[in-house]
Amino acid sequence: MSDRLRTTFAGIEFKNPVALASGTCGFGKELSEYFDLEKLGGICSKGLTLNPRSGNIGIRVWETPSGMMNSVGLENPGIAHYIKEDLPRMRSLDLINIVNLGGHSIEDYVEAVEILNKEDIDILELNISCPNVKSGGMNFGIETGCARGIVKEIRKRYNGKLMIKLSPNAKDIVELASMCQEEGADAVSLVNTFLGMAIDIKNRKPVFANVNAGLSGPAIKPIALRMVHQVANAIDIPVMGLGGITSWQDAIEFIMAGATCIQVGTGTFMKPDISMDIIEGMEKFCLDEGIKNISEIRGIL
Amino acid sequence: MAKIIENYRVSKDFFLMRVALGDIKSEDVRMGQFFMLRSGKNYPLLSRPISVFDVDSDSVSFLYQVVGEGTKIFSELKAHDNIEIDRPHGNGFPSVSGRIALVGGGVGVAPLYFTAKQLSENSGFNGENDIEKDLSDRANTFLETSIDIYLGFREEPALIERYEDIANKVIVNLGGFITDDIDTREYDYILSCGPTPMMKALYNKCKEQNSKAKLYVSMENRMACGIGACLVCTCETTKGNKRACKDGPVFLANEVFEIE
Ligand SMILES: Cc1cc2nc3c(=O)[nH]c(=O)nc-3n(C[C@H](O)[C@H](O)[C@H](O)COP(=O)(O)OP(=O)(O)OC[C@H]3O[C@@H](n4cnc5c(N)ncnc54)[C@H](O)[C@@H]3O)c2cc1C
Ligand SMILES: Cc1cc2nc3c(=O)[nH]c(=O)nc-3n(C[C@H](O)[C@H](O)[C@H](O)COP(=O)(O)O)c2cc1C
Ligand code: FES
Repeated sequence: MSDRLRTTFAGIEFKNPVALASGTCGFGKELSEYFDLEKLGGICSKGLTLNPRSGNIGIRVWETPSGMMNSVGLENPGIAHYIKEDLPRMRSLDLINIVNLGGHSIEDYVEAVEILNKEDIDILELNISCPNVKSGGMNFGIETGCARGIVKEIRKRYNGKLMIKLSPNAKDIVELASMCQEEGADAVSLVNTFLGMAIDIKNRKPVFANVNAGLSGPAIKPIALRMVHQVANAIDIPVMGLGGITSWQDAIEFIMAGATCIQVGTGTFMKPDISMDIIEGMEKFCLDEGIKNISEIRGIL
Repeated sequence: MAKIIENYRVSKDFFLMRVALGDIKSEDVRMGQFFMLRSGKNYPLLSRPISVFDVDSDSVSFLYQVVGEGTKIFSELKAHDNIEIDRPHGNGFPSVSGRIALVGGGVGVAPLYFTAKQLSENSGFNGENDIEKDLSDRANTFLETSIDIYLGFREEPALIERYEDIANKVIVNLGGFITDDIDTREYDYILSCGPTPMMKALYNKCKEQNSKAKLYVSMENRMACGIGACLVCTCETTKGNKRACKDGPVFLANEVFEIE
């Protein structure tokens, strides 16, 4: 690989701007049987929480035209287990190691961050699209005011690079992103899944025990792209764009819309090594178009 | 991409597709495992988990029922068309010996053919490999294996002759409950695949009959990645959450049916 895809993101060197999205690649172990993880720019861990979580009951996946809904409910082994069992292996890989953290109260987030402060990770991706148990389950990432509380608190305590993962369900995603910049975040990533619903008409009941679930995949791509474009034009900190990226053309669109890096999520379910095809395609596009470095086409719109 | 060798209807509801194994080695495929299948197209988005019906040195077969968009596309593929068959996944059925019943309902009969074949190949005292085993293991291998197969179909049976070739006896039930036809006390092991209510009924029958048979069930959870990375296929068990695609699909019945 040449340097055409080499990218600096919030001061961190990525060998290429392609990372795997949280929750779609576990901790990389299973996918390593399909391709060399070190060819990736980076990888986001499964969404972790302070304590282990068993996740949601009932059906957890529902396919939709060009997409899928999931209701995993942040099932994860907890950060202590991650630090012991998975982080050493992730650390040993030559790629950017992004740890995705969720929580259900400010206290949970804070305690987790204090623990992560002692670990060697490249970027902390803060998932604020989680229900806040203290405010009746209202998502932290919907109202800018509510999200500010948590971003401020975490920024105060976390010493490393902090990237806030934004929910497309936010009332005003541009305002939310600007707030993250004001509060000192190093970057934002967007989008998380869109809240959707499906009904089992024979049983006359919602498919999901939680009624609503998160929509991802190509179905959301045009909306995600629009949001990345709006946010990237409004802030100066870098944007990691995602939502329905399944081809190198999609990835280039996100870069042109202003994303510095991109993430591949649901695409990996179509083909475990789809991220490799995307990287190769981007490299070839740059070569064919005479682009010396991908940054030349970043945010040109 | 793998080449389809043949793909045809075997009964009103079922199709049989045989596909060249390509780089996959037949000895790496175990009974009760499944492949993730998708046609050459991008959509539907997710690959479909389909059990191994049979394997020979250079091909793998799938017995499938058309239930929706994905399986309909499979049924329209022709010999020489390409299909993606992503490697064998999952733990598969355990290699047991003794008096064994295989119980399948609907398209859940699919994995039982190869299972019966592998179990009968593994049984008996067959040379060098066994000499290395320890005594307790040897005691097991001396157990003569006999396999009875119970197949429940809604309307029309499929491929019964094949099952008859490899089993001690084959019991077929049409339109009723296959679980009514089995005396669970006659067996050391029962391996089952089919709709969850059927497997639960079988489990309850084992309990009612005070059977000593160890019951294994193959779970049909919805999947996305199929490799253990996304946790959408989680199965609650008495030993905590397990991934049906990676830690399963085969579980001990009491581990999945005894959660309150
Ligand atoms: C481990 C395992 C082994 C299987 N083996 C076989 C087999 O040998 N032969 C066979 O005919 N079927 C088998 N199935 C079921 C088969 O995967 C589904 O019938 C198939 O995915 C339906 O796809 P569709 O597009 O036709 O249906 P649709 O209903 O349109 O599918 C919509 C979505 O739901 C999922 N889905 C629907 N029904 C099921 C189901 N019963 N189990 C899991 N996911 C489902 C699909 O994968 C898809 O993502 C197996 C399932 C599992 C989990
Ligand atoms: C099965 C599944 C699990 C996910 N788990 C998480 C998670 O734990 N934390 C998180 O921030 N995002 C999670 N996501 C969201 C993805 O990281 C991504 O933001 C979203 O799916 C949109 O991208 P995509 O269309 O490329 O998948 C999950 C998505 C899926 C499909
Ligand atoms: S289908 Fe993804 S973990 Fe089982």
